[in-house]
Amino acid sequence: MAIDVATVRKVASLSRLRESDERLESLAGQLNGILGWIEQLNEVDVSDVQPMTSCVEMTQPLRDDVVTDGGKVADVVSNAPKSLDGFFIVPKVVE
Amino acid sequence: MSELTKLTLKGALDGLKAKQFSSTELTEAFIGAIEKANPALNAYVLTTFDKAREMAGESDRRLKTGEARALEGAPLGIKDLFCTKGVRTTACSGILDTFVPPYESTVTQNLWDDGAVMLGKLNMDEFAMGSSNETSHWGPVTNPWKSNASNAPLTPGGSSGGSASAVAADLCLAATASDTGGSIRQPAAFTGTVGIKPTYGRASRYGMVAFASSLDQAGPITKTVEDAAIMLQSMCSHDAKDSTSLPNALPDFSSFVGKSIKGLRIGIPDEYRLDGIPGEIDALWEQGIQWLKDAGAEIVRISLPNTKYALPCYYIVAPAEASSNLARYDGMRFGHRTEAASSLTDTYELSRSEGFGAEVKRRIMIGTYVLSAGFYDAYYVKALKVRRRIAEDFVNAWNSCDVILTPATPSAAFQLGDTEKAADPVQMYLNDVFTVTTNLAGLPGMAVPAGLDSKGLPLGLQVIGKALDEGTTLAVGAVLEKAAGFTHKPSQWW
Repeated sequence: MAIDVATVRKVASLSRLRESDERLESLAGQLNGILGWIEQLNEVDVSDVQPMTSCVEMTQPLRDDVVTDGGKVADVVSNAPKSLDGFFIVPKVVE
Repeated sequence: MSELTKLTLKGALDGLKAKQFSSTELTEAFIGAIEKANPALNAYVLTTFDKAREMAGESDRRLKTGEARALEGAPLGIKDLFCTKGVRTTACSGILDTFVPPYESTVTQNLWDDGAVMLGKLNMDEFAMGSSNETSHWGPVTNPWKSNASNAPLTPGGSSGGSASAVAADLCLAATASDTGGSIRQPAAFTGTVGIKPTYGRASRYGMVAFASSLDQAGPITKTVEDAAIMLQSMCSHDAKDSTSLPNALPDFSSFVGKSIKGLRIGIPDEYRLDGIPGEIDALWEQGIQWLKDAGAEIVRISLPNTKYALPCYYIVAPAEASSNLARYDGMRFGHRTEAASSLTDTYELSRSEGFGAEVKRRIMIGTYVLSAGFYDAYYVKALKVRRRIAEDFVNAWNSCDVILTPATPSAAFQLGDTEKAADPVQMYLNDVFTVTTNLAGLPGMAVPAGLDSKGLPLGLQVIGKALDEGTTLAVGAVLEKAAGFTHKPSQWW
């Protein structure tokens, strides 16, 4: 399953990354190398195996549905690239 | 004064309690050592000396009034992956280069609650993605060790390269680190230090910048096994803020150090004898087996048949989780935002492309690819199934052994700027061949310095324990440490 430059461009766009055509070309080579190496997983028989999503065998802990924190507007926006009066300033979303 | 920096954590804590020196004196000694060494080693990306002096002052007051806590007055270095309130935390990424967390990670809070002193933030590979500390936004770290055959600067390993370099060069008593595929144990092995990754869930991930959440685990890099036990005791805790944090009570880790391992069954996995591994690594492993035999342990040959699939499995699971975790860096709420965009999509794409380094982008793209429609089952679900096979291998092995002994790394420290490894990412990934299985299975693993190779560079052995059995892992590590008598230090060329 070789990846071509068009596929890499699509993956970059899905990843919200923008790369030059030159970089896309070299990335295609690297990704093919990595994915080719990963192909060896096909040797493993996993027909009767359940996927392992966590190594912690425990039921998801639940907590009371109460407010435990909040009222920290200044903290929340303290690292914003742009903010005003406790709001994030973002590029125009709706034309 | 500079002799103070050579103390172990245990030695320093004892000296502080016995009032042989104050925390302020100890802290000043480290500040002097860092100022001298850091231009050459680049281990710290940020120093917090004013804060350190303030914390040391408070510790001295408590030591005087008999209110000393477990780590009272001990100066530590903190990997830049742990959020520290009011102190810049970047995970060594350009996308977080000005980020100042408004909150503290649970692991570091535990250390401060026990009286530790913060010297600064330690260098690492960007978002912990790397095995040589060369992907850091702040430049690579240099290993204090040098080959006796060449003057070329060597890597301290990665991703916790700053932590390993700082501990090896006596720039802190001990350091925090984190391990997703070997990022504590490989740098420890490359620098002649001790590194332990506890069972997944022992240390809270709250406030630790996320890479691959089902694999990430915090642990210490220290000068001795006893120091590792002391650090682990403080760093680990049950934390409601991390839903995968384990509620199990912690044993007294230090009580295992020095414990007899007579009758303990040590598993030696056939599959860890790899082609192309230097003979010195094999010889060291044989030496380790002999040391444990001499201490009364029983050696058992075991099989972990799916070992060779661990790295390819990891390079699906970890990038998949990373691509999802790193989606949060969108240039809106925190982190870098491009100046060059007008539309929303442009802002996302350019902010991320400007902020992330090459290795991080590569892994985000692999992760996006293996999770994308049409490939999800073939890659991601397949890898999760192989992951279970790898975990089952260990469950089966525990029927015939109590701990496992392996080499820690397939080589000693290599040169910074290794062009072969830079050109082929898979070559770099192979560094983690012995360590990555324990991350996939969630088991504790520890690297212990065991000898020097013919070039005078440190080599480590790895002890792998059962889930929640860091105690036996530490006991075996302490036996290896004692038998190896590893007292070598890098010569101070900086």
